Amino acid sequence: MSTTTTLAPQPVSLAPLAPRADFPLLAAQPSLHYLDSAATSQKPQAVLDAITGFYSTANANPHRGAYELSAKATDAYHDSRITIARFLGAADTDTLVFTRGTTESMNLVANAWGRTHVQEGDEIVITALEHHANFVPWQQLALAKGAHLRIAELTSDQRIDLDHLESLLTSRTRIVAITQVSNAVGSITPVAEVVRMVRAKSPAIIVLDGAQGAPHLPVEFDALGIDFYAFSGHKLLGPMGIGGVIGTRARWLECEPWQFGGDMIEWVNDHDSTWNTLPHKFEAGTPNAADAVGLAAAVRYLQQLDMTAVREHEVALLEAAHARLSALEGLHMYGPPASQRSGVISFSLADVHPHDLATILDQHGVCIRAGHHCAQPLMRRLGTNSTARASFYVYSDGSDVDALVHALTEAQRMFAHTPA
Amino acid sequence: MSDLQELYQSVILDHNRKPRNFGTLDGATGTAEGKNPLCGDQVEIAVQLDGDTVSRVMFTGHGCAISKASASLMTAAVQGKTRAEVDALFDKFHALVTGRADEADITREALGQLVVFSSVSRFPIRVKCASLAWHTLRAALENDAAGVPVSTE
Ligand SMILES: Cc1ncc(COP(=O)(O)O)c(C=O)c1O
Repeated sequence: MSTTTTLAPQPVSLAPLAPRADFPLLAAQPSLHYLDSAATSQKPQAVLDAITGFYSTANANPHRGAYELSAKATDAYHDSRITIARFLGAADTDTLVFTRGTTESMNLVANAWGRTHVQEGDEIVITALEHHANFVPWQQLALAKGAHLRIAELTSDQRIDLDHLESLLTSRTRIVAITQVSNAVGSITPVAEVVRMVRAKSPAIIVLDGAQGAPHLPVEFDALGIDFYAFSGHKLLGPMGIGGVIGTRARWLECEPWQFGGDMIEWVNDHDSTWNTLPHKFEAGTPNAADAVGLAAAVRYLQQLDMTAVREHEVALLEAAHARLSALEGLHMYGPPASQRSGVISFSLADVHPHDLATILDQHGVCIRAGHHCAQPLMRRLGTNSTARASFYVYSDGSDVDALVHALTEAQRMFAHTPA
Repeated sequence: MSDLQELYQSVILDHNRKPRNFGTLDGATGTAEGKNPLCGDQVEIAVQLDGDTVSRVMFTGHGCAISKASASLMTAAVQGKTRAEVDALFDKFHALVTGRADEADITREALGQLVVFSSVSRFPIRVKCASLAWHTLRAALENDAAGVPVSTE
């Protein structure tokens, strides 16, 4: 226990990586400390402008009209795909299929690949860290197919237990679906090691949940050696309602369409149909072109900041926050050390329930998340129903850490006043 | 007093720390489990009816200070009341925490100690925390004939 907690703590002097002024919501609320970026990020003006720009200069239904405006919309959509695929390190840009986000991406893979490749008695491996979006689709696929769901357990600091994971891999493993970064506790998966293990032990495809990876780490899909990579735009400065899944061309060729309708067909006969090519085969219906354009703008914004710098900024914030929070009596932090953790601090405070904390912090202008973080299997293993979670991003700075620590101290003081 | 101090006033903090009637109830005539799927809060309520009168209510579970204090104060407030009286009190309590007590002409006297929850109405996302135990009690009372636990959302 630190003996210095009664001294006035040094404020954390860490500038934001991206100016608050670029983010209209943050600029309008200077005293707001938004520490819930793992749930969704704030959006820079450049993204809002790109969306408005699409609707005010290029709006038409892509792929459909035989007129110039429709061609302009098609081009804008197409160019966005290229920008985003390249940002995530996929040279074959048509292997990026747009979806509403990670949840839909996982459902797509489970249906388009899983339904035709997983048979009774096969095995699907996931981990105890997973967000429900990368848990329930596999659980349900296993139930529907009579396959076995295997869950890799965790180390005491909530990293994937690689030895246990390895022991689950067999010649019957068809799918290994794993998170790149845990949203609940921030643990970063050593993907290269996992890939090596899976390739050595099983014929399984590897599906990576990049919802928390893509916003916070440099990602090079082509170098990862995985089969599918899912992500959400709204967590990386982009709009809600757009995200995607990148797959290798070989895997996409093994997939059957999972939604049917316009755009995804080549020819419709009375009693059968043929399919369009990649990526359209998996994008039925009018695409969300405007938000794809918005996401491309978000990606360009991040490229300007540089993803290596984004990661470094978060590590600096994590270390500063860790030092300050460790000095608080009764505060327990989950998860691994900063070097193996993304900008997420999941914690509990003795005697103050996370929901009460969230309410008290909110009154101090500090937004944190309290709850199970869509990771109930993980919460069960932590032996709790909920944790409090603060998460950082490019616009976070030292004052956010200070405000968090101050508000937590206030919460402790408030609850300590209970008459005996 | 700030909104926050009013929300977490000493009565609530006291019941959170030392919940009354916390534990299992032997000879329960009705039980129910209530969950708030959004946050994972969970409460089990067990009632003992003597004819139409609530003779005892106990609870277990885990949740935030508001939900625990609400369950604790509720167990005291409903003791000795008939089912109809419990229903009526829940209606008043619900009006209180949703900020409709004045328009419904509900007096502080009618609420007794439950008035400590009046500031919940200024924290709309916490209304569910305050009312979870009551919804669950209602289910436990409806459930008394069969005497088997049910789950409510
Ligand atoms: C690790 C992880 N996976 C999946 C998801 C689901 O993403 P979305 O809700 O954008 O589909 C999230 C976000 O909530 C997440 O953090």
